[in-house]
Order: sequence, then structure tokens, then C-alpha cells
Amino acid sequence: MMNQIILAGFGGQGILSMGHFIAHAGLLDGKNVSWLPSYGPEKRGGTANCHVIVGDEEVGSPIISNASVLIAMNGPSLEKFESLVEPGGIIITDKSLVPVKPTRTDVKLYEIPATEMAYELGNATYAGVIILGKLIALTDVVSTENFEVALRSILKPSKHFMIPEEMKALQRGAEYV
Amino acid sequence: MSEKLLMKGNEVIAEAALRAGCRHYFGYPITPQTEVAHYMAKKMEQIGGVFVQAESEVAAINMVYGAASTGKRVMTSSSSPGISLKQEGISYSACAELPMVIVDVVRCGPGLGGILPAQCDYFQIVKGGGHGDYNLVVFAPSSIQELYELVVHAFNVADQYRNPVVILGDGYLGQMMEAVEFKDEEVINKVEKPWATVGTNMEREHNVITSIYIEADVLEAHNNKLQAKYRAIEANETMVEEFNCEGADVIVTAYGTVARIVKNVIKDAAKEGIKVGLIRPITLWPFPKASFEKYAETPKGFLCVEMSAGQMVEDVRLAINGKNSVDFHGRTGGNVPSQKDIMAIVREIAARK
Repeated sequence: MMNQIILAGFGGQGILSMGHFIAHAGLLDGKNVSWLPSYGPEKRGGTANCHVIVGDEEVGSPIISNASVLIAMNGPSLEKFESLVEPGGIIITDKSLVPVKPTRTDVKLYEIPATEMAYELGNATYAGVIILGKLIALTDVVSTENFEVALRSILKPSKHFMIPEEMKALQRGAEYV
Repeated sequence: MSEKLLMKGNEVIAEAALRAGCRHYFGYPITPQTEVAHYMAKKMEQIGGVFVQAESEVAAINMVYGAASTGKRVMTSSSSPGISLKQEGISYSACAELPMVIVDVVRCGPGLGGILPAQCDYFQIVKGGGHGDYNLVVFAPSSIQELYELVVHAFNVADQYRNPVVILGDGYLGQMMEAVEFKDEEVINKVEKPWATVGTNMEREHNVITSIYIEADVLEAHNNKLQAKYRAIEANETMVEEFNCEGADVIVTAYGTVARIVKNVIKDAAKEGIKVGLIRPITLWPFPKASFEKYAETPKGFLCVEMSAGQMVEDVRLAINGKNSVDFHGRTGGNVPSQKDIMAIVREIAARK
């Protein structure tokens, strides 16, 4: 099974970091992984995306042309990438920021008010991890244990105090229906 | 082997160079390879090496010329427009037979172009963007693990042949992260460098590193020496991956990241009953002509795919030498050939009589 995940949103939302957490956790799980960022002239408030592949087989192209999952953290990202999702694939959106529905009807749609939920937890930056909680619950792409290890190795030590809250946010996302 | 690490291509380039014993790096920042310099700036200080952010690419390559003249392992890195600026120094280095590693993380051109990935530097690197009859050994890795191994190998080849060696990667290779597994110890080809300008100790004649030979016969003799060296490199250092080529209906050729897209196409095509082979040059110079000659007449046609308007395809056509058709598909401007578009051409070639 190859999980081919496109993550997209505004610059500054932590899109590239979200992909990095998943790729790193996948590596720790013993999977083959790749992480490919958009590195165009992106800036805060612009768009950012990354392609993450996690699976048992060798990673072919790091550029995803058939996504098994699209995570859209804003409206333009949904419009730009929904056509790349394979039939039967998954689209997860942050309902708080994506007012539109995908035009695709042959995919499974999960709309999570992640930003609102993150505010309830006290910090808007948890929105990404809430979405990743849903991703992990739906696909088992990585283990929760190694997700936490990945957070610890990627986040700067000065941010480690946030990890218990991040893991709580992950759980909230997983449980949201 | 140590544990697998998730690292960015650009960081792996720098780490591999340090592992290969490179203690001198001279560069100038440019997207998409600036992380090489970041990494070097951080690490060189810790290990007592030299990192200089030069005032320009021209200065950087000439600093490399100087350090290489003393026999030290030295590297510079840049991206397309920066490499254009270095070309004079590269030609001088080739003539002076200086071992060095030059990294080109290619972005789209021409001109200042853009920062997105491309393979449009094939001509300037493989065919000599500088003046004169010279060749650079050119490695084109397609994964982060291979990038690491080829950077280390590049230093060995450079020393062995006293020749500049280039690592040519597209922007994606520099920017993406993949697992890399470093060896506990690198294989370092320890080459004596009696030619190096390290001081005579008043015990021998001065060594001279130069690229000027005013007398016609003297310069021709030097050219002949260089050409003999290039023939030896062609005979010994060619690297290629042949995948699924035996009995293939269509053989696709591509290097770097594009070769990985082709590997996905191979799987798609197999589902439709079309056997697609891949010839992936790992050295762009020397070019793996023998692989093309071997399969020249077996498939219904060849297809060369590049992130350029068609550069490597010229070498492919020379190698095929009219024995088969060679189609070309390329994208420019930072766009990447899609699996779907390659597949459509593969189908068309496979349907030919």
C-alpha cells in the first residue's frame, strides 16, 4: 500500500511541517518515504503544498499524480488539487477555512472544523495536527507512537512543551465525526 | 550501516562532501541550492574546515581553483545562472587539471528564469559551457541515497583523474527529503598529489599550476594529454541503469527525477500489456552509448523525456545512430512531464508497426 498524500494550504499554516511529521514518522515505522515541497516564490499568506509518499514499496516518482489523500487547508488548495485525487480517494478539509465543497463526487469527503477546534484547545497552530489525527485514523499511514517521536525530533526543544497538547489535538482530530 | 535519516537533498550533498574529506567550500547563495551553503557554514566551523561565502560566483570558482591547486578536497555549489558565471573558471580548472567537485542544482532558464526545477543545463555542463576542448565528468543522481553515494564517488574520481567533476541535479533533488543511510566509513581514494603547490621545502623544483600554453605545439600536446585522459574516463567511469529493457516494446530514456516518473509509467504501461524499458544514464558524460547500441534495434521506438526543450536527446540520437526512431517529450519553465502525457506517447509508439 502506497499512501500518496498532497497537503496544501496557506503559507504559514505549517503545511510543509505537517508533511514532514508524517514522512518522518513513516520512516520510523520502517516505511519508504518521500517529502517534496513546493518551493516556488511562496510567502506567508500565499499558497504552500507538499507531496508526501509513505508505503511499503519503493517510492517511484516523488511527484504525486494520483493522490490517495488530499488535505486542503484553504479553498484555493481544494480547487487546485481535487482533480488529482484518485477515484475512491480521500479529501480532508479544514471546514473552518474551506467554505466550498469539492466538485468530485467519487471521493470520500471529511470536513473538520480544525481551526475552531484548535482555538478551543487554546492555540490555532494545532489545526494541522487535528487534521493529521483524522488522516491517521482513516489510513493508518503512520503509528501514533512514532508520530510523537517525529514531533520530538523535528520541533525545536523550546517547543517541546507543546507536544502533550499536540498529541491531545491529534486525538481530537481522530475522534471527530 | 547507521540508521536511516530523513534529509533534504541539499543537506545530503554537503554532508556527503564532508564525509568524503572536503574541508574547503566556496559558494554564493542561490535558490534552489542555498541549503548546501547553510549546512557548510554551520559544520565547517565545527570541524576546522573553511567556508567562505564569496562576493560572487566568479570569485567562488577561483577560490576553488586556488584550494584545488594545493591538493585539498574542495567543492562549490550553485544553480544555473550561477554556474554560467563560473564557466570561465571551470574551463581554466579543466585545463589546469584540478580535481574539484561542482554541484549544479538546476533551475529553469534561460536568463534569470525561475527557481523551479529543470534539466536545461545539460548543454552547459555536458557539452562544455566554457571555452575549449574539455570534458567534465557529470553524475546525475535520481534519489537522495544515490546523491550521497555519487558525491563521495565524485571526489574520488576527481582526484584519480585530476579533473573537475559535476553533480547535476534538478531543483527537486535538492529540495526533497528522502531516507539516507550513511556508511560508517567512506571509501576514500587516497591519491598522491606530487603536483600540488604546497611549498618546495627547498628540496624540489617549483610546481606550476597553469592553464596558459602560448606555443602551438605545447598546447596541442597538452590537449592530446587531456583527450587521452578523457578516453580513459570513457572506458572506465561510465555508469548507467538499464531497467526492464530486454524485449521491451518501447525504451524510454531519462535521468534524475524524470527517470523516477518514467518508472511509474513502466508500471502503468505493464497494466495495459505494454513492456516499457528504461535506460537511465547515471553519468551524462561519459554518456552510456553502449546501452543504447545494445538495444538500438529491439524496441518499436525510443522516447527521451527531459525537463528541457531537448538537450540529452541529441546524445541519444547520436548513440542510436539512425537505427531506430527517437521521439522527444519535454517540459520547460519549471513544469514537470506528467505520467499521463508520457504514457500517451508510449502508447502511440507501442502501436507502431
